[in-house]
Amino acid sequence: MIRLTLDGEALVLPEGTSVAAALAASGDDHARSDLAGRPRAPFCGMGICQECRVCIDGRRRLACQTLIREGMEVERTR
Amino acid sequence: MNERLPRECELLIVGAGPAGMAAACAAADHGMSVVVIDDNPAPGGQIWRAGPRVDLPLRAQALRERFERLPGLRLCSATRVIDAPAPGRLLVEREHDAGVIDYHRLLLCTGARERLLPFPGWTLPGVTGAGGLQALIKGGLTVRGERIAIAGSGPLLLACAATVRAQRGRLVALAEQSPWQALAGFTIGLWRWPAKLAQAIALANPRYRAASRLIEALGERRLEAVVIESLGERREIACDRLACGFGLVANTELAQLLGCALDERGILVDQHQATSVAGVYAAGECTGPGGSELALVEGRIAGLAAADQYPLAAALSRRRARWQAFAAQLEQHFALDSSRLPPRRATTLVCRCEEVTLGELEAHSDWRRAKLASRCGMGACQGRVCAAATAQLFGWAPPPPRPPLSPARIDSLLLAGMEEVQE
Repeated sequence: MIRLTLDGEALVLPEGTSVAAALAASGDDHARSDLAGRPRAPFCGMGICQECRVCIDGRRRLACQTLIREGMEVERTR
Repeated sequence: MNERLPRECELLIVGAGPAGMAAACAAADHGMSVVVIDDNPAPGGQIWRAGPRVDLPLRAQALRERFERLPGLRLCSATRVIDAPAPGRLLVEREHDAGVIDYHRLLLCTGARERLLPFPGWTLPGVTGAGGLQALIKGGLTVRGERIAIAGSGPLLLACAATVRAQRGRLVALAEQSPWQALAGFTIGLWRWPAKLAQAIALANPRYRAASRLIEALGERRLEAVVIESLGERREIACDRLACGFGLVANTELAQLLGCALDERGILVDQHQATSVAGVYAAGECTGPGGSELALVEGRIAGLAAADQYPLAAALSRRRARWQAFAAQLEQHFALDSSRLPPRRATTLVCRCEEVTLGELEAHSDWRRAKLASRCGMGACQGRVCAAATAQLFGWAPPPPRPPLSPARIDSLLLAGMEEVQE
């Protein structure tokens, strides 16, 4: 099992899980907020739409194309 | 930390789906040094995506094992093409680094994406693409016990329903816009491709409804229900997820940046899978969606042609023609009927990134004017989603893309301007 944090909260999930699936596993699958502050969540699932962009260890990445790693720090974006 | 990016190769393949893997095997078997770059964490493309909840078909496993053991192959996963800064050179970026790769020959196996059309509520969390939901499930998303609606068009809806069922999700709707006559015609025609007929029977689903129209998704901060029209009657169906897709669109952006000609289906290729640009080949769904069997044979032909093995490539042309005929059947029977596409509402967002509504776009006569006035297509996805939508809604044709092809870091872009890359 892999341990990571999402907005500071600890998550423990199986190896091979995508960050997009980790968002859903947290109980709130939103990745970012739109201009009015409404939530947006992974949409295309395959690296096209950019809706699932999150901050991973300080860099902007796509949650759907990134696998979780031990100690990874994921933050939702605005 | 990853191994360093390679600096050069004889054949550079973009995309490690069925076409890219088949091509790499064919070219490496004839002694070429091959580099494959792919933006996903592991090879397989969308159809053979690996993950914690996936049992890949034996055929996919066999190809992947052979591919990964090829002598002379370098696979760079989680790597994106950013630019083509000079002839024979691509600029690529990974999570922690970037680099340029020089090639003698280039093969584009960039695949296809879903055509995602706007409807009220499509930005609500819980709404995904149909292939998108499959991809998320393969990445570990749990849908057990969730109520799932699937709507749109194409065989991918049935494949998505099968994935949902296997994961113990509760399918509450499966709505296809094509009419029964078209679906029956398609199924009857499948006797020519027995494997596809068997697949169609395996995927048959009692919830499948033809001539159905997705009207809207409802919810406040998350999806709560979907409205679907069938046989003239509108029904509101409570659901936790809605997976939608309206067929596939070829990924042609890199090809366009390189100057390759397109046709109405995707990248234009000749009998050797060569594009209009010398030394650049294309294979698989980026030349027109047609399924994994077609992608495999096109990939092999392209890999052989890139290795100058023309007689061996020519020997595969009959098999390619057989699967091209299947692709034509798909296109014919799942053609989109605008009267069964979601209704046009002025307040519906078309450009999800820049939040531009259909009403704002309708005032303009073409993509360029609309873009200059509204920022449509200028957001993070660079029009990947809304350009296909406006092509369907208004018949607009967006111009070829400009670099960077996807959001990139400044330090990666700086490499494009350097004549000699400092080691």
